[in-house]
Amino acid sequence: MGGYGDVKLLRDDGLRLDGRKLDEMRPVTIEAGILPAADGSAMVTHGLNVAVAAVYGPMEAHPRKIQRQDRAVIDVRYNMAPFSTSDRIRPGFNRRSREISKVTAEALESVVLVERYPRSKIRVEIEILAAEAGTRCAGITAASVALADAGIPMRDLLVGVASGKVEDIVVLDLDKAEDNYGQADLPVGILPNTGEIAFLQMDGDLSPDEYNLAMEYNFKAAAEIHEIMVDALKRRYEGGEN
Amino acid sequence: MSNGQNGAELRLVTPGMAIGPSAGMRVGSGALAQNDTIIATRLGWVKHLNNTVSVDPINSAYMPRSGDLIVATVAEVRNNLWFMNINGPFQGLLPMSLAPWKVEFGAARQHMGIGDVVLARVQEVDECHNVVLTMKGVGLRRLNQGSVHSVPVTHIERLRGEGNATIQRLRDACDCRIIVGENGKVWVDGDADGIAWARQAIDLVHTSGHKESFEADLSALEKNAPTNGDA
Repeated sequence: MGGYGDVKLLRDDGLRLDGRKLDEMRPVTIEAGILPAADGSAMVTHGLNVAVAAVYGPMEAHPRKIQRQDRAVIDVRYNMAPFSTSDRIRPGFNRRSREISKVTAEALESVVLVERYPRSKIRVEIEILAAEAGTRCAGITAASVALADAGIPMRDLLVGVASGKVEDIVVLDLDKAEDNYGQADLPVGILPNTGEIAFLQMDGDLSPDEYNLAMEYNFKAAAEIHEIMVDALKRRYEGGEN
Repeated sequence: MSNGQNGAELRLVTPGMAIGPSAGMRVGSGALAQNDTIIATRLGWVKHLNNTVSVDPINSAYMPRSGDLIVATVAEVRNNLWFMNINGPFQGLLPMSLAPWKVEFGAARQHMGIGDVVLARVQEVDECHNVVLTMKGVGLRRLNQGSVHSVPVTHIERLRGEGNATIQRLRDACDCRIIVGENGKVWVDGDADGIAWARQAIDLVHTSGHKESFEADLSALEKNAPTNGDA
């Protein structure tokens, strides 16, 4: 969210620079079970974002000090590959990846039935192979499908989606230019079946009306992505009982 | 709420998907009641049995139960006990009092070290999911030879077959000793050709055990079995 410069983000005909309408999402594809070594895995492409998630466990939590006597711990590691952006990223953890790992873990803990596996750990690895704004949302969606694929009990599938504001207008699913030069970004994690919100962050300012409109866009997009997630899981096991 | 896919008989559901109204129904495993509706908590197939709705998961972690015969691997050794990897969310604990040998305090390492594989039975699982194993019993022992393979826990019944028919066919075909642990670990012992063939057969059960073509595929594989003499 740079928020500076006179970058024109909306065309004269009211569409966005990439030709999308204000409430139009970038194309999303999801594939489940792409990594044979993992207990569950998924790949999400959201626009030009490519996120791969792998789930291992539940397993014994090590070191033992991280164990919780009444529930499982979800250990999320979000990482952007050095080649995921045009400017090479220095490999390894940084403040941003730690923050996203933390919020993702907390969001997933609210949907996974963690009390079923006390003292254990569920490891979620999210790798961003290509980034174009909205990687945390793509990562959350991928992690959610991977958890379902691994047979981890959950209350619902968690969908990551974002809206924002550019040139004083609320738009759905910011692309890179809109994210860099727009005025606000509102990524949320939504449980589509119950309408609950598992995580919410906001960068920039939105008025109450703008916030409500952005959330309306987010819920609409979450329903669409949820259908794609369900399709991906069914496609993996279609053709009979597996 | 979206509804599950209706197949001929089987219905595949994903977490959060509505299965049906909860009135008059009992909620089994893989499902929970929420606002008068039963929802799935796992990816799997809906099962209605005796007024109980449950979901048979496609993938699942091994949840130990008392009496299970398992193939476990030593993960840690202490002075008087072993922590065993039982391929589940919790490690199993094998105290020296339940080992088949007389073990002096501090001498546990002399009997089994990290990586050793044993055939053990789950003695007890308490409400805190502490798992105690025992090696006292007929046939329970350290497995000094052979190899260990993995199958998903949900595929074990398929590997065994009805009345252990399938696993016996595999044993006869490869002339190997095969023990299927409840925890998804399969121990195979025999000559190298036999083990290699058994591994192929276990993989076949994994990949196509649910398909109608499984019987034909297994028969075709049996033609290449070491005991046929043309492997």
